[in-house]
Amino acid sequence: MSADLAPAAAPTPLHRALGLTDQELAEIERRLGRDPNDLELAMFSVMWSEHCSYKSSRPLLRTLPTGGPDVIAGPGENAGVMRIGDGWAVAFKIESHNHPSAVEPYQGAATGVGGILRDIFAMGARPIAVLDALRFGDPADARTRHLVNGVVRGVGGYGNCVGVPTVGGELVFDPSYQGNPLVNVMAIGLVREDAIVRAAAPGPGNLVILYGSATGRDGIGGASVLASATFGAQDPSKRPAVQVGDPFAEKLLIEATLEILAAGLAEGLQDLGAAGITCGVAETADRGGTGIRVDLDAIPRREPGMAPFEVLISESQERMVVIARPERLPEIAAICDRWGIQSAVIGRVTEDGDIAVVEGGLTSDGAPNHGARELARIPARALSSEAIVFDRLAAPPPRRRKAPAPGSPETAADILPEGGTDPGAVLLGLLGSPNLASRAWVAEQYDRHVGTNTVGGAGHGAAVLGVKGTRRALVATTDGNEAVSALDPYLGAALSVAEAARNVSVTGARPLGVTNCLNFGDPTRPESFWQLREAVRGLGDACRALGLPVTGGNVSLYNEAPASAIAPTPEIGIVGLLDDIALLVGPAFAADGDVVLLAGPAGPGLGGSAYAALAGLSAEDDLPGLDLIAEAAVQAFVRHAIAMRRVTAAQDVSGGGLAVALAEMSIWGGRGGLFRVPVPSAPAVALFGESPSRIVLTVRPPDLAAVRELAGRHGVPLAELGIVGGPRLVVEMFGEGATGAAEGRGAGIADALEVTLVDLRHAWDHGLTRALGEDA
Amino acid sequence: MNAEVIATRFRFAVNVLPKEGILDPQGRAVEQSLPHLGLAGIGEVRVGRRVELAVDAPDALAARVVVEALSRELLCNPLIEQYAIESLGAISAARTETGG
Amino acid sequence: MSVRVGVVVFPGSNCDKDTAWALERAGAEPVELWHESADLQDVAAIVLPGGFAYGDYLRAGAIARFSPVMRAVAGYAANAGLVLGICNGFQVLAEAGLLPGALLRNRSLRFVCRDVAIRAGPTDTPFSHLVPDGRVLRMPVAHGEGCYYADAATLDALERDGRVLFTYVDDAGQPAGILDRANPNGSVRAIAGVINAAGNVAGLMPHPERAADVLLGSDDGMLVLRSLVESAGARAGTIPSGAAG
Repeated sequence: MSADLAPAAAPTPLHRALGLTDQELAEIERRLGRDPNDLELAMFSVMWSEHCSYKSSRPLLRTLPTGGPDVIAGPGENAGVMRIGDGWAVAFKIESHNHPSAVEPYQGAATGVGGILRDIFAMGARPIAVLDALRFGDPADARTRHLVNGVVRGVGGYGNCVGVPTVGGELVFDPSYQGNPLVNVMAIGLVREDAIVRAAAPGPGNLVILYGSATGRDGIGGASVLASATFGAQDPSKRPAVQVGDPFAEKLLIEATLEILAAGLAEGLQDLGAAGITCGVAETADRGGTGIRVDLDAIPRREPGMAPFEVLISESQERMVVIARPERLPEIAAICDRWGIQSAVIGRVTEDGDIAVVEGGLTSDGAPNHGARELARIPARALSSEAIVFDRLAAPPPRRRKAPAPGSPETAADILPEGGTDPGAVLLGLLGSPNLASRAWVAEQYDRHVGTNTVGGAGHGAAVLGVKGTRRALVATTDGNEAVSALDPYLGAALSVAEAARNVSVTGARPLGVTNCLNFGDPTRPESFWQLREAVRGLGDACRALGLPVTGGNVSLYNEAPASAIAPTPEIGIVGLLDDIALLVGPAFAADGDVVLLAGPAGPGLGGSAYAALAGLSAEDDLPGLDLIAEAAVQAFVRHAIAMRRVTAAQDVSGGGLAVALAEMSIWGGRGGLFRVPVPSAPAVALFGESPSRIVLTVRPPDLAAVRELAGRHGVPLAELGIVGGPRLVVEMFGEGATGAAEGRGAGIADALEVTLVDLRHAWDHGLTRALGEDA
Repeated sequence: MNAEVIATRFRFAVNVLPKEGILDPQGRAVEQSLPHLGLAGIGEVRVGRRVELAVDAPDALAARVVVEALSRELLCNPLIEQYAIESLGAISAARTETGG
Repeated sequence: MSVRVGVVVFPGSNCDKDTAWALERAGAEPVELWHESADLQDVAAIVLPGGFAYGDYLRAGAIARFSPVMRAVAGYAANAGLVLGICNGFQVLAEAGLLPGALLRNRSLRFVCRDVAIRAGPTDTPFSHLVPDGRVLRMPVAHGEGCYYADAATLDALERDGRVLFTYVDDAGQPAGILDRANPNGSVRAIAGVINAAGNVAGLMPHPERAADVLLGSDDGMLVLRSLVESAGARAGTIPSGAAG
């Protein structure tokens, strides 16, 4: 029999090609009371994508604490805004741009920065800082290096040009990110409390003015196609027109926008991001309780021959929509002209609550021209606040005991540098590991000074920004514990919040509020949804215990490739307030003779620690516990001690444990110390365990008594570790677990840790560049 | 025994420009600055880069295959750029080698 | 009555507000000079601030030099007006031919943000007269195209005539080698800043306005800015108002 041609496959229905399920189509028909046309289907497909609608996560996010006396704007706005005093407010938010960065790392990262910046100045706030939390797979892998280089250049290329300093962030390597890098970007802005603007479209009859760059075919289908589907192995169709960012245009946009707002010309303001104009008009109309009639022909295009759906869902960057009274138009146009950016009236606010798209122009009253056609009509709230929501199935993963890697050593010693069970060698191995080593290679590619607000050295736990004209300072950090989250998502999320808050508290600042970026896998997989649900629960509990409102954030799902899903990664951004910048404390050992103290409860547990990863231990049963009350107490104690000017240096204990914290303080301060550490169970736990709620602080000897008394009042355990001084870091151990005769993994360690500052510095300086092959 | 070896060096230029439809911030910035120089009637400015190189190969077709591959893999980012190869001529060189 | 110092603002300049703030601390009244206007508003000195004028597209400073304000600045400089270019401003002055040489892409091909040590060459210029002889100043650089280049004859002339205004120096106080970490961009002869033959136009890559407050890490930059403000004041016959810090 001759080879037959396969029968022609039935063409894929449009809704499925656009990423909508049959169930979603049925719901659309119900909402409209009729079948949607193709354009309406395209608009629904982007607005009901996971990225835009949060359809899998909204029911979970509603459980988070969002209120507080200083919260001015919360979830649902472009960015969270909190009062900081002196008439000022801080706007902040974190967002992801994971999938585009995997496709084109430079532009994915660049447009990620651009997008989050627009969310900030859409609130009327001048952006003052960016933090980038980046996660990749194996740093020795060529593709990883390509991604790292591209993403770092992209963040720097955009942030530096637009004139916003990149002051902090994270860089984490973990095998689970191999196929799915994570690029989460946080931005912060300052705004006068009485100048905050909302993303609503009030006032039927008002104009809808689009200004900024022209509309091209960027990211067509990006929202629904990329962010709501996992990557196929070789799928060129998943490489749509890449969005290219123009930071110069964004700088012009920032200045023009702030001038428009300062002149009181805006009734509402919205930035355009995912799902472009469709999202911009739908969200502002919905929030305003109004509708918008869109004049399709009036939208300035970058290219000829664009179809209506392309114009409406294009994700061309650097565009904003301002809602204004008709008589304000000349002034708005004049400001845009001065800055060399286009502006056009692209619609009118209406009373009917619908988004109506008209081809053929509008009259000067905003009604369709004679002979104009209405191409689409959808209730705004159906696209926005009442988008479809799913109650996904959650099921915990079957309990799998993770065996140590084949050939893994019996004791930790064998695979560590220089062999032996020398804790000094372990410390150097940790300091020189890519996740704990100095990030200078990245930080030096970012302008961290522009704006002349940045205080303090780079690479410290949290970034510090002065608020000019006041004595205050803002402190910001991002943290995310993926190692514990992989084993226990509830605990991992809670630990992430605790650590971020702790990084703020050690500067003396009071944590104000939380923004979160939840990076998880496919929500239609019950295991993955269970991880998300548990993480949100942990996030909520930790925020409630620490008194921190969640002011907004982002959810990025479907971070999976056929071979792997990422470790669930709750990236937490926290902004804190230091009322008097003169009180700022850093992590560097400040003076020889200072007494070094450890505040907080000792705890067991190597699970999820850097040491466990380095040593190849299977520590999944050995997770650290988290007592949120103890955490809150230790942070309050340290802030109080700092406010009393009794603290000369402070550092939280996290990655690499106590030994790494002491090493970092030594490196920053250029001086070592002599310490004695009690070891109840095993030296590895005492030195490298990452149990939470612990802070190392140094005090001048005359202040020791007062600090002890203060700790007692706060109910915080305080141990005296030793004294600052000398060219070496020396840690002697004592106690039951200290001898080499103790049984168990990680216990066979020699009694004293002794490393020179020179060696510490060398390992820390070169760890990252060596791992990336960038060591010159 | 003497052997005559003929090597040919083919010269190319690879012109890389932003792909159609991709935003070209440089082209746009240059175009918008032209009025400052008092110039009118100039538009559609696109900014890219040009790479010149020479390839040793037995014939022009083989040389071009090499340049095509290099353009796709390195000189051009196919997501956002397109390339065009210009042939700039060839130089032949004859060498004599003494055999052993 | 304060010394009025102009701060040119191009589309994409992003250090103009920082520069204005630092000039105020140096006792001057900063005056914004918008790129579209050739009116220099009677200022006693002009600063071209850092940033990415026109995105640094095509070449850093290449487009900016054709703006109306730059034609006026060229005339101002020809009439012995004081002009200081910082970072992007230096790039604009070089492209405009008001200073010799060019600023190329950093040798590492990466953007570099780092504190550097620089030493003033001549300390009898309007931009450096308050800098003590031999004093090493610390201030940040932040640029991707700061590698100073000029041909050998120009370099020899610069050195011979004492017109290398600032040099990157290493820990030993010596001019930093091209591959030295202390030379952040690989500039030939470690040149961080130059001054023109007439002594009224200067440019440097490091940012004095970012070293205007000890809280920010250093206030060494004030020595440069106050030199400028005092010199401008002397020419305009005004005295700088009570300078902060």
